[in-house]
Amino acid sequence: MTTAKEAPAVIPDFGDDDATDRKICFIASKGTLDMVYPSLIMANAALGEGVETHIFFTFWGMDIITKELQEDLQFTWMGNTAMHPPGKKMHMPQGMAGLPGMTKMATKMMKKQIADLDVPVVPEMVQMIADAGGQLWACKMSADMMGLELDDFVDGVQDIISATDFIELSEGAQVIFT
Amino acid sequence: MPVATIAGADVAIDAEGFMTDSEQWTEEVGVFLAEQIGVELSERHWEVIRFVREDYKAQGETPTLRRVSTIGGVPTKELFQLFPKKPAKKMSYVAGVPKPKGCV
Repeated sequence: MTTAKEAPAVIPDFGDDDATDRKICFIASKGTLDMVYPSLIMANAALGEGVETHIFFTFWGMDIITKELQEDLQFTWMGNTAMHPPGKKMHMPQGMAGLPGMTKMATKMMKKQIADLDVPVVPEMVQMIADAGGQLWACKMSADMMGLELDDFVDGVQDIISATDFIELSEGAQVIFT
Repeated sequence: MPVATIAGADVAIDAEGFMTDSEQWTEEVGVFLAEQIGVELSERHWEVIRFVREDYKAQGETPTLRRVSTIGGVPTKELFQLFPKKPAKKMSYVAGVPKPKGCV
């Protein structure tokens, strides 16, 4: 440990002066509870780092921004052979996942684990991202398929856009598919 | 570990310039640090800084932006206005506490 005096102080570089054009676009295509968080958590982190951030919601990912559905996303381990109880070295039998009531139970457990980490529920997470300046877009084809209009989505959603629109807006961006 | 002289006092900082001992912080130090990163402190900034410091003391870790908004009562939108671009890092820098470690 040195005690060299430095005056003036070392000032952290917050990158304010850098003319950065870093931009990240997430494509959120899934609506299962465990698969909606990756894009939301990373988008939130990117915004906190001052990076221009967009999320394009498509297919089942549309549920994340649909008023009626966003609170009620579910989790199942059906088809997920990695599923094990928290901290336990045992795999849950796939056959059990299909039993009546199992999705409800698994969802409840996962929601509790997420809450224990003080991570917000989906509606709050989406709101937080919108408040932090995240730009949210709904997919036109999915909206047409599901019979949804802009009014069906939460406030932060800017517009329903086509695949072509997304390709245009993501020019020069890092695109991450989840 | 480098030591910087801030507002007439010796203050331990890490390689990036963040204070490593929050006990060495005074309001004068806070004003100086804010000046370094181009933030002019309003009463609202001070509310955030006080909350960050109190929460750090009570919890032993720096509050995340979400905690500052839900428990500290300063909305996310406003935090981005008060400490532009990288609010979590900037507010902890000015408050003399480590950068937040939480993901959310």
